[in-house]
Amino acid sequence: MRTFEYLKPASVNKALALLDLYGDQAKLIAGGTDVMVQWKKRIISPQVLISLRNLAELSFIKFGGGLEIGAGTTHRALELSPEIREHFPVIHDAVSNLGSVQVRNSGTIGGNICNAAPSADTAPPLLVLDTNVRIASTKGERTVAIRDFFRGPSRTVLQTGELVTLFSIPAPLPRTGMAYSKHTRRKAMDLPIVGVAVLLSFEEDLKTCRKAAIALGVAAPTPMRAANAEAFLAGKPVDKTTLLEAGKIASEEASPRTTIRGSAWYRKEIIRVLVRRTGLICMERAKGAARS
Amino acid sequence: MKLTIGFSVNGDSVEVEVLPHWNLLKVLRDVLELTGAKQGCGEGECGACTVLVNGAPVNSCIYPVLEVEGKEVTTIEGLMDKSGRLHPIQQAFLEKAGVQCGFCTPGMIMSAFALLKANPDPTEDEIRHAIAGNMCRCTGYVQIVESVQHAAAVMSGRSQERAGKE
Repeated sequence: MRTFEYLKPASVNKALALLDLYGDQAKLIAGGTDVMVQWKKRIISPQVLISLRNLAELSFIKFGGGLEIGAGTTHRALELSPEIREHFPVIHDAVSNLGSVQVRNSGTIGGNICNAAPSADTAPPLLVLDTNVRIASTKGERTVAIRDFFRGPSRTVLQTGELVTLFSIPAPLPRTGMAYSKHTRRKAMDLPIVGVAVLLSFEEDLKTCRKAAIALGVAAPTPMRAANAEAFLAGKPVDKTTLLEAGKIASEEASPRTTIRGSAWYRKEIIRVLVRRTGLICMERAKGAARS
Repeated sequence: MKLTIGFSVNGDSVEVEVLPHWNLLKVLRDVLELTGAKQGCGEGECGACTVLVNGAPVNSCIYPVLEVEGKEVTTIEGLMDKSGRLHPIQQAFLEKAGVQCGFCTPGMIMSAFALLKANPDPTEDEIRHAIAGNMCRCTGYVQIVESVQHAAAVMSGRSQERAGKE
């Protein structure tokens, strides 16, 4: 009979000890919205599942200038957080249209990132926010910038025996607007054909770009930053024209594939459009934040 | 090797023998004979298996059963009151033709139940957002949304007149 042992450690330390004990025979499971489906489809057949679901020490949202999110925080908890909605709307945009309420009640941000799908909705927001990923093992802790975390589809820098505990996000600059847009065939329960996160920080005139961050999902083997488009915007006045040019540059940087959900050329077109549209939302949000 | 776990279903404590790879839906349907929740896709896409765990709707087909130990599960069977009277949401689905083939109905109603508990007067957009993970292959969404609006009106004692106009 095809089955597994299901272990529910009472702490992160106990989970790490189990990871050491079972090595590659074990797989971590948080909400299970990916892992259970992969097991049912026989994509994975671990002998042991180590559950992180009930670990309160992994489930928290903490503000203090910046933001700390425990890796075991559900998408639903993030969606319902008024502070996230107000201060980090790019995260709210992504989690409020990820899967369904049912999926968001189980699925976690750590699971979404560690599953490392090119289409992971939470990846572009964490990328534009310059998030640091804290990784624990029985040997200690290390921190990796999220732009260095992904190694390929379903591949990350995580070694056997390691797990992600925390996402640490620095405080954004003043006069910053941020947003995430995803292009899908239907509004709900769909993976993005393309996902675009943009973060724009403005000078005091609320026109000149002080800092731009642009991240693309399903545009390359891993979620990516569009560094050339960011460099183009920095120091320039932000308007429809410069945003359209930034979109063109981002589209050139992207190397999307043709898959059943979209062709490469189509994805490039959508990136061009979504960078501009998402940038315009950032402008509105930065102005709104400056007024309040 | 089977393990014994205890949890609560619709207010009753139960103990069941399970295998570690079983999901909650299998135990509800095959062990506890609560066949209201349906297996549709089996992959967390369609929402036919929606039940509440500690009040939150989840896809029970991909919910590892060992995770419900000590928790409270609510299924469609738990909505009726002790005298056998339908819950206002169930009654509204009957009256407003929210049921066609019926396969999605238990999941739809559980999602609506969780919504109305948190938000007794939802907008149409909020209703659609809440049931986005429940697919109706009969495509009877308009009547389903109207059923939820009607239930919201009845449950909060607002006039049905207004519910009809919304």
